[in-house]
Amino acid sequence: MLNKLTRWSRIKSPWILHLNSGACNACDIEIVAALTPRFDVERFGILLKATPRHADVIIASGPVTRQIRDRIIRIYDQVPDPKFVIAVGACAMSGCVYRGAYNIMGGIDQVIPVNMYVPGCPARPDAIIDGVVKLLGKL
Amino acid sequence: MSFQIPIGPQHPALKEPISLRMTVEGEVITDVDMRLGYNHRGMEKLAEEKSWLQNIYVTERICGICSHSHATCYVQGVEKLMELAPPRRGLYIRYLVAELERVHSHLLWLGVAGHEAGFDSFFMYTWRDREIVMDLLEMISGNRVHYAINTLGGVRRDIDEGQKAKILEGVATLRKRSEYYFYIGANEPSFVARIAGVGYLSKESAIALCAVGPVARASGVARDVRKDDPCAVYGELDFEVATADTCDVLGRVVVRVKELLESYKLIEQMVKGLPAGDIAVKAPRKAKPGEVVSRYEAPRGENIHYIKANGTDKPERLKVRAPTLANYPATVEMLRKGFIADIPLIFAAIDPCICCAERTVTLVAAGSGEESVVRMSDLRRQALARHQNAPVKRNAVWPL
Repeated sequence: MLNKLTRWSRIKSPWILHLNSGACNACDIEIVAALTPRFDVERFGILLKATPRHADVIIASGPVTRQIRDRIIRIYDQVPDPKFVIAVGACAMSGCVYRGAYNIMGGIDQVIPVNMYVPGCPARPDAIIDGVVKLLGKL
Repeated sequence: MSFQIPIGPQHPALKEPISLRMTVEGEVITDVDMRLGYNHRGMEKLAEEKSWLQNIYVTERICGICSHSHATCYVQGVEKLMELAPPRRGLYIRYLVAELERVHSHLLWLGVAGHEAGFDSFFMYTWRDREIVMDLLEMISGNRVHYAINTLGGVRRDIDEGQKAKILEGVATLRKRSEYYFYIGANEPSFVARIAGVGYLSKESAIALCAVGPVARASGVARDVRKDDPCAVYGELDFEVATADTCDVLGRVVVRVKELLESYKLIEQMVKGLPAGDIAVKAPRKAKPGEVVSRYEAPRGENIHYIKANGTDKPERLKVRAPTLANYPATVEMLRKGFIADIPLIFAAIDPCICCAERTVTLVAAGSGEESVVRMSDLRRQALARHQNAPVKRNAVWPL
């Protein structure tokens, strides 16, 4: 009964944290665009939160730079369980054009576990929403 | 007693996650120290390993919001090195996309300014209308953000009559909407009072600190590469350099609003006067040894690329000076006289790439070394509360 309730509440309203790990901003503005009137994810109960401690889902964009690596791990640890990570964009998946640069670790899965990948350079807002919905379907 | 406040480095609100250390006395900031490099990807080194053509797509990904401006700046330089003359139709399409990008960037910025001043409906309005210009860009180039329309010697896609009509229609709607915003701005004294007098940067310091773009123009320095050193098509078009003399965040809003109107004018002129002919010429694989400096007015200010060729199919050196970097010294100056509560607004006024994501701030008592964590949303709430109690500046006017 309690399990059912928690599961229901998790699916109903996932709170997301937007994490930039050295992205070029393109995926970031598309994530923000997903919140504004045309796409408006808030109607699904998806809410952007500022602090990792309130979030259920981390939406990460960008390749991981060496300087920000430790901070990403720290932020991931601060998110309460159960937590999910969505890697948005080609950079977060594999490094995209930055692959091979000396300061890049590669995709975000080199540092933290990833549950869902959304391809695109940058991923469109509809693709990002689709990613979140598919992740919820897996729960 | 003075305190030190470190801000960042993890704050997705800005293009480059940077760390700021502010020394404050009471609520007044006395000194600011900036620490950079969290978003350092090593792009300049990466460019040395890629060919001239591949580098267009690398430079495009320096910044996602002004992606076209970096690619254009690079392509201009390489075309000069290769002694290519792109056809005029290609140039018109290239700078048409550039102006559409300026419109999208300024609309995005206006929304952020509204959000930071506590005017969230303004944010939703401008972002809704920004979708119009995003649709136009998608129609022309096939992608919403990284347009990839540039190529060495011209552009990759042509515009047909139907697209021309759609662009004109979109611009007409946007102009109507922008005029409505000015009406709101002019009739919303609390918004004007919140941003008037915040983040003061005098004309002398703007010149001395080499501020660029709307920050410099809001301080009365009419500096615009499109006018001062007109590249390609800008010499043939009729537009004005928007300036303001209030030297504060209000001035920066006004300059961007005026630039929106100038951009609509430019877009209409370019679409109506689009010359016939080819869109691109064939580019050689290698460039002769030489060096070139290319300048371009990005939405945030002057963008400079220095390119050195050594006769191979790869550049020997690519140096990028992005406008935000040029504005950092001026930002320090603006923050120095401000209040803690104004940090988000002043920061937003230089160049916010994305806005609504918030940041974490750590307050450190310099004496005891005690730390307390304050969220950016609390900081914003504090700012709003402070200004609710402040007397409304009745004499502040919307200078449009």
